[in-house]
Amino acid sequence: MIEAIGLGKIFDAFTAVHNLSLNVGEGELLALLGPNGAGKTTTVRMLGAILKPTTGTARVNGYDVVAEPHKVRHAIGMLTEQPGLYLRMSGLEYLLFYGRLYGMSDAAIKKRGLELFKRFGMIDAAERRLGTYSKGMRQKVGLIRAMLHQPTILLLDEPTSAMDPHSAKLVRDSIMELRDDKRAIILCTHNLAEAEALADRIAIIKQGEIVAEGETAVLKQNLLGHPQLEIRLDRPLNGQITDLNDLIAIEWARGDTIRYRAEEPAIANPQLVRYLTGLGLGVITLREVTQSLEEVYLRVVADQTSD
Amino acid sequence: MTTQLLDYPTARLNFRMSLIVARREIRDSFRDWRILVPIILLTVFFPALMNFTARRLVAFVENYGADIIATQLIPFLLLVVGFFPMSFSLIIALETFVGERERKSLEPLLATPLTDLQLYMGKMLAALVPPLFASYLGMAVYMVGLWFSIGWRPTLPLFIQTILLTTVQGVIMVAGAVIVSSQTTSVRAANLLASFIIVPMALLIQGEAAALFWGNHAGLWWLILALIITALVLMRMGIKIFNREELMGNEIDQIRLGWIWRQFWARFSGREENQPYPRPRAWFRQTFAILPQLRLPILAQLIAMLTAVIASVLVANRYPFSPEMQAEITGDNLVENLGYLQLFAGALPTFIFFNNVRVMLLQVLLGVFTFGVIGVFIFMLPWAIVGFAATQFGLAGESASAFLLATIAPHALFELPAILIAAAAALRWHATVISPPPNRTLSEGFIWAAADYFRLFVGVVLPLLLVAAFVESYVTPAVMLRVFGG
Repeated sequence: MIEAIGLGKIFDAFTAVHNLSLNVGEGELLALLGPNGAGKTTTVRMLGAILKPTTGTARVNGYDVVAEPHKVRHAIGMLTEQPGLYLRMSGLEYLLFYGRLYGMSDAAIKKRGLELFKRFGMIDAAERRLGTYSKGMRQKVGLIRAMLHQPTILLLDEPTSAMDPHSAKLVRDSIMELRDDKRAIILCTHNLAEAEALADRIAIIKQGEIVAEGETAVLKQNLLGHPQLEIRLDRPLNGQITDLNDLIAIEWARGDTIRYRAEEPAIANPQLVRYLTGLGLGVITLREVTQSLEEVYLRVVADQTSD
Repeated sequence: MTTQLLDYPTARLNFRMSLIVARREIRDSFRDWRILVPIILLTVFFPALMNFTARRLVAFVENYGADIIATQLIPFLLLVVGFFPMSFSLIIALETFVGERERKSLEPLLATPLTDLQLYMGKMLAALVPPLFASYLGMAVYMVGLWFSIGWRPTLPLFIQTILLTTVQGVIMVAGAVIVSSQTTSVRAANLLASFIIVPMALLIQGEAAALFWGNHAGLWWLILALIITALVLMRMGIKIFNREELMGNEIDQIRLGWIWRQFWARFSGREENQPYPRPRAWFRQTFAILPQLRLPILAQLIAMLTAVIASVLVANRYPFSPEMQAEITGDNLVENLGYLQLFAGALPTFIFFNNVRVMLLQVLLGVFTFGVIGVFIFMLPWAIVGFAATQFGLAGESASAFLLATIAPHALFELPAILIAAAAALRWHATVISPPPNRTLSEGFIWAAADYFRLFVGVVLPLLLVAAFVESYVTPAVMLRVFGG
């Protein structure tokens, strides 16, 4: 549904995006991560047919972003970084304005608009002026605007920023529903936990280029190495720790706790437990240490910086 | 529920979509008391005040038997009453894009299926309709008041002229402000640049006042025509440079002299990135390759040239020289006058060369600020002079064709291509703001066209002018003497 090949954008002398290729299929959510100024927004603007690519091509819902920009824009729903509302309008008036631009009838706009207002817990505010809305409510109106015409593709830039935890969960649930409803979604976010929870695939973009891309688990495996494990014993190991190096790769050991990596935990762990109990040590816990997406992200960004 | 993909773009849909945009903006404007209150004041209170002023002035000047002043003053005040509410269009229009950009509401709008033209027209209508409506209303209040109080009514031509002037002034201000608004990144910057609109408009009002006080109503029709052309040029420019790329691409209002120079030099020198400078032969080859791109501006300049010649011939026939003057340019007098040329021949090449260079630089410089209009006029001027002189020569009994062949043709062989190429390249450069080249930003297109101009100027025009100067100094006078005797 979204296909970009060798996409590039140069503003005068500044290269914002360089040779970027990505693919997002039906019912798939790709999270675009990257530091500020990495080129995420420019990429989304090119895919949304707001900016013309300097190089490369992109097709969205089968339409070329340069040759058929209005068809592309009709097919997508875009939530911009700032919701950018008209504060003198009421929520419903605002949706009526945008719905008409997508060729919707007033009755259809009202029905769908109120349905979405209700879903996001704002039905009482539908007739109120947008200027009276809180920051989080404004963000939700931006999202409602993007979802109003039931687009097949959604480009969402920081959809839960400025929202309280409850509202953010409502929005995340809605995004999940949209994905399950076979929409293709690109999500730009700095919230790595959100990206990990929602995305099928992650793409990390830095200085206009995708520097890492893939499923979260695969990225973790590739970038952080083998699973990290932690074993806690009933007493400190003291001088016997060097004897374990033949079995596992120790990361660190403090008192009664050891952290290590194992290429094949299914083989290494039973051997380790047997060895330790043979020494008369009791194993209290053995667990896999969760490796967060944040670590992957920081690793990638730091690696690129040091390059 | 799905939405139906709209057919794009049809004229009907363009209008419908523009109306949706305009309606929202107008409603928004009328919800802002800072816009609404002054418009009401200028629509009702100000015309009533002008009405009072007009009556008092009429009564005052009538005491001194200066009725004529009153007759001219009332229409002028009508124009002022119409202009004041119209000036609000400038504020609304300046706010349209850059204000939305500052409030971050522009990007969601640009993400909709609206085409650039629909958005542009919508914004134009939104900025134009409320102040225009207020202007008409204010003028109606003023006129109805005068009709009831002193029985004054405008003549039909004056009424049409006032309505047209008010409307066209509004269109010009809005079109200009939309251009400014779409090219700046803050309301502050847009307001600063608005002086480029306000100052010419103030001068225009003074010109209209002068025309009204002199009772030069025919002059007002010409003024209206010129304003309509200006409005069309500005609208065309707005439509061309108003695009998503320009609106979203300019992030900062900053003159990047380094970048401008690098772009210019790269284009001028023909040096590609990370490549050595081209050899002189390759540079000249590249320079000559620009010439085919000048087909359209050359055609436009040739039409201008032809127009100048035809007009000058008509003028010369209408205003022939007196018999005394004709005697000066015929027979022995002509031979005698030609003889003086020999005295100056030695100093002439430098003078002719630098004079031509100076005129061409003036042409290009003035053209930058007038979308090329003054540049075209300067190009037309020598042809008008030649046409006029040749016709007068013919009318005096000499051969006009002999005059042209002897006095113009030798050096024109080199000078004509030079000034035609320079004028065409200048026109192409100046017209980039009205019609920017595709796939390039406005600034890139402008700098590249400027570099092309100077490249042709250095590589083609200057050598031709140099040769022409020598021919005009040494060859042309000799040919003239040979043809006309002496």
